Amino acid sequence: MAASSATMFDLSLLSLSAPGWGGVMLGGFVRSLELAIGGYCLGIVLGIGGAFGKLYGGPILRDLLEVYTTLIRAVPELVLILLLYYAGTDAVNQLLGLFNYGPVDINGLVAGIFVIGVVQGAYSTEVLRGAIKAVPPGQIEAARAYGMSPFQVLRRVTLPAMLPYAIPGLSNLWLIATKDTALLAVVGFSELTLVTRQAAGSTKAYMMFFLAAGVLYLLLTLVSNVVIGIIERRARRGMADPV
Amino acid sequence: MSEHVPALPVYTPPKARSLLEPHRLFLIAVFAVIIFCIVWFMRWDWIPQYQGRLLYGIGQTLILLFSTAIAGFLFAVPLGLVQVTGPRPLAWLAKGFCTLIRGTPLLLQLWLIYYGLGSIFAQYPEIRQSFLWPYLRQAWPYGFVTLMISFAAYEGEVMRGAFAGVPKGEIEAAKAFGMRRFTLFRRIWLPRAIHRALPTLTGETVLQLKSTPLVATITVIDVYAVISKVRQDTYLTYEPLLLLALIYLCLTGMMIVAFRFVENRIPTRGA
Repeated sequence: MAASSATMFDLSLLSLSAPGWGGVMLGGFVRSLELAIGGYCLGIVLGIGGAFGKLYGGPILRDLLEVYTTLIRAVPELVLILLLYYAGTDAVNQLLGLFNYGPVDINGLVAGIFVIGVVQGAYSTEVLRGAIKAVPPGQIEAARAYGMSPFQVLRRVTLPAMLPYAIPGLSNLWLIATKDTALLAVVGFSELTLVTRQAAGSTKAYMMFFLAAGVLYLLLTLVSNVVIGIIERRARRGMADPV
Repeated sequence: MSEHVPALPVYTPPKARSLLEPHRLFLIAVFAVIIFCIVWFMRWDWIPQYQGRLLYGIGQTLILLFSTAIAGFLFAVPLGLVQVTGPRPLAWLAKGFCTLIRGTPLLLQLWLIYYGLGSIFAQYPEIRQSFLWPYLRQAWPYGFVTLMISFAAYEGEVMRGAFAGVPKGEIEAAKAFGMRRFTLFRRIWLPRAIHRALPTLTGETVLQLKSTPLVATITVIDVYAVISKVRQDTYLTYEPLLLLALIYLCLTGMMIVAFRFVENRIPTRGA
């Protein structure tokens, strides 16, 4: 009994060099981070476009965006990831086939970022739409009255002014993005969770490896929370405290 | 007479948007064509064969959803309450638990509990010989426990806010009536907190529904697992997944309607 529990928590298995799996796990962690950052940024870009489309777009665009956000938010991320992962890579290959290129192997990282970005885009559309609506309309009208072009209004007034309202929602989305990367384990992308499962499966030290991965995710969350706190304080400077 | 009174700008409520605006008719037509193409050109002949299993899977998903949500909520109430009133160490413990669960991916928790705890249980002959072993050998207890813990942690955070947000005057009024602490909690504090948390509860339950397919990765048979089986058997990539998306869409829609019905049943003062 004692021997088995000793192997179960044999910390040398976590060492960074070859017999240990620490290096592999850190590699997986880095890939999770890349996925989360890439997907989150893509999601914000989609969200800004979506929010402006929903607020200022024509009727058809608005309805289409409504369908997009409703569908994405009603279907489990796992199902979306499977659908988009296969459909996305398939679509690219079909497109290449149209132009007489052979099928290519889509980089898993790019496909993963695309999938997470599309899912995040739907949520950040709603967050940003709410934030833009919270900007006093007089500020935007004033910017227009100054003769700024729509893009200048966006860059100089709307985006900076909505930031304090958007940050709580956006930081929530960042935390969701870091955790959603784990779902890509199901399609076989070797990010932290899948790598951990492989390490655990081949050493039989399940508990230790999953706990180690949990610590990594938790550290990411806690560090993110600190950084978010700093950003939020900076974005809210000069504003009255929320009651 | 009234023409001479300088009229205040009248608030005109936004026009109720109907389905029959011209651009919507056009969009509906486009979607109808797409759906027709999907139905006509893709293969759906496998549905009758798997009908029974699909219904069984949907039932399993719903059972898992409601059992974990109810059990999780029962844990969430003390988790939230302790963070508002409890002694410091207990409050820290509850807060730490919520942070821990909310800070790690559900899939990782699921695998930690299933593979990690499962492998530890299997090492102890005492557990292998106990009456619990027939259950612990199956996958669903692990899935149930993980989903329940996750729901409890997320909802515990919501309940903390809800308990803290009940107006002080109501609680003081209850005290003035001479209610004992437990009576006060049962009659005033808890119902008011649940009322405040209801809109969030809807969202959390939808999120919980969207988490249930993860249990298929530890061999629990829910609707997602049935669809995976279909995909393995028929080598179809998209059709089963599209059907699955449609099923979840319907479940989410029905749940939102049901919760809205419950919310509207509770009288509120004005809007």
